[in-house]
Amino acid sequence: MTELEAGRAQTLVPARGGTALRRYRDVLIALIAFAVLASLPLFTGSKALLDFVIRCSAYGLFATSLNLLVGYTGLTSFGHGMFFGLGAYSFGLIMQKLGVPIPIAFVATLAITAMVAAVIGAICVRLKEIYFAFVTLAFQMLIHSTILSWASFTGGDQGLRGGIPRPAFLGIDLSNHVHLYVTSCALLILGLLAMRQIAQSPFGYTLRMIRDNAARASFLGIDVWRAKLTVFVLAALFASMGGMVMALFVSGAYPEFAYWTISGEAIFINMLGGVSTFLGPMVGTVLLLLLNDTVTRFTEYHGIVLGVVILFFALGLRKGLLDFVAEWYAYRRDAGEGR
Amino acid sequence: MLEIRNLAKSFGGVKATNDVSLDFPDGSLTAVIGPNGAGKSTFFNLITGALRPDSGQVLLDGVDLAGRSPPEIVRHGIGRAFQVASIFKSLTVQETMLAAVSADQRTSAVLHKRFPLPETRGRAEHVMELLGLASKRHRTAATLSHGDQKLLDIALALVLEPKVLLLDEPTAGMGPEERWRMIDKVRELWESQKITVVFIEHDMDIVFKIAPKIVVLCYGRILATGTPDEIRNNSAVIDAYLGTEHAGAAA
Repeated sequence: MTELEAGRAQTLVPARGGTALRRYRDVLIALIAFAVLASLPLFTGSKALLDFVIRCSAYGLFATSLNLLVGYTGLTSFGHGMFFGLGAYSFGLIMQKLGVPIPIAFVATLAITAMVAAVIGAICVRLKEIYFAFVTLAFQMLIHSTILSWASFTGGDQGLRGGIPRPAFLGIDLSNHVHLYVTSCALLILGLLAMRQIAQSPFGYTLRMIRDNAARASFLGIDVWRAKLTVFVLAALFASMGGMVMALFVSGAYPEFAYWTISGEAIFINMLGGVSTFLGPMVGTVLLLLLNDTVTRFTEYHGIVLGVVILFFALGLRKGLLDFVAEWYAYRRDAGEGR
Repeated sequence: MLEIRNLAKSFGGVKATNDVSLDFPDGSLTAVIGPNGAGKSTFFNLITGALRPDSGQVLLDGVDLAGRSPPEIVRHGIGRAFQVASIFKSLTVQETMLAAVSADQRTSAVLHKRFPLPETRGRAEHVMELLGLASKRHRTAATLSHGDQKLLDIALALVLEPKVLLLDEPTAGMGPEERWRMIDKVRELWESQKITVVFIEHDMDIVFKIAPKIVVLCYGRILATGTPDEIRNNSAVIDAYLGTEHAGAAA
């Protein structure tokens, strides 16, 4: 849904009921989406399809969290992948070394991510555009090389091997493929719902103001630095969640999870799907993974094909797929109203 | 009451604001005029915290705000609008107003509720009505006309319910008719809201017609202050700025 539509909906429903209604609508959509995804194993025995959805969950959480920065706040981070890698490694290491129950490792990983993101964010969010982009990239490379060189702890370039123990909790056994699948879907839906809430909260509109005109926002009494830092940490948490889903899926963690190319993929995804709508990155995720999987089957030069597709979106459409759809829809609606 | 005491700011060797002291009593309407480069915008930037003064005081009801950050100064009650309309281009008029009220009510960091908060609606609605923007509430700011963008900029300042409103050339870039409409609006706001208004203006006809008090700046200094008649007949002002046309008209 675009912001224009949101504004339109406001006058149609009375004030107090309106906002509640929209929240319930999002929850309803989330429940339906979860029901559809979770019932998929009942209809298909295809392990490949379920694996595809799990990967979409990991990348979807990651890419949508980047859109909180890029699309909503105008902060183009080139190093967002560091939190994806951090999530995967922290979770994997805690499970391997401490053997705590999975929910505890999950929460502990989020806590670690929040602390690291707060420190890195405090340094980065003061910087303007290109400097912000490159300093985040520098921090990503720092984390990546730490993983590589601290081989005794992280396994170096071999990654975390030997599998991540997945003890059952609350009747959920993540070593069971279907259990893992349903849990991934649940994390994806919950994460998206939480990010949707952030985007549509008063804070979400503060972010939009900062994106459009940070100087003006500060003349309204908004502490721009604090708002940017807050969203930087929040986005890191969801990227970390994506990393944990990935770690559970591959039962390990690899240095590539923290390499700059993973940040690049998230930016690709956002360009493919579009940053002006909430679900753009999710659409982009499905597109990129589909492309990846089909193209690699036919040619080893899949990089060229992906590059051409990106160029088509960037130079041809000049926007992502869902941006395009939303604009077309808005155009049709306005034409229909005779304006 | 807004009191400026010995305010000074230099850029390199240029004294953009040079030992300026002024009083703006509560509820006053003052025009600031002066040739290009006189330091009018710098003067506003120093008061609102966009620039840090080298020395001097900005006292609002006795509290010194000089050198504080823009958010702090806004919260103390000094709002401003900009020479080039400074708005949020992708938000609608209504969203802009609601978000600004949220900022003022310190709910702009609220995460667990949906935008807009019900308690922001009344004030947003009131200011949209006041400035005649209510019928354009669902227009995206970028699609508004130049004049409406300027109004939205003023609305943004006004919705914070400031004690002092600084308007940097509210009529900049407007045609003659639109100028008068805008300035009538400013005067109307001043009368109905009972706030202190200070505005920069280049059009002398407008200034002499509506401003009870005029401040003339030149090379960062105060050249003269007074009523329109006093300014019109001030020889220093005529020499530096007005030329003889307006002086002749007054005679």
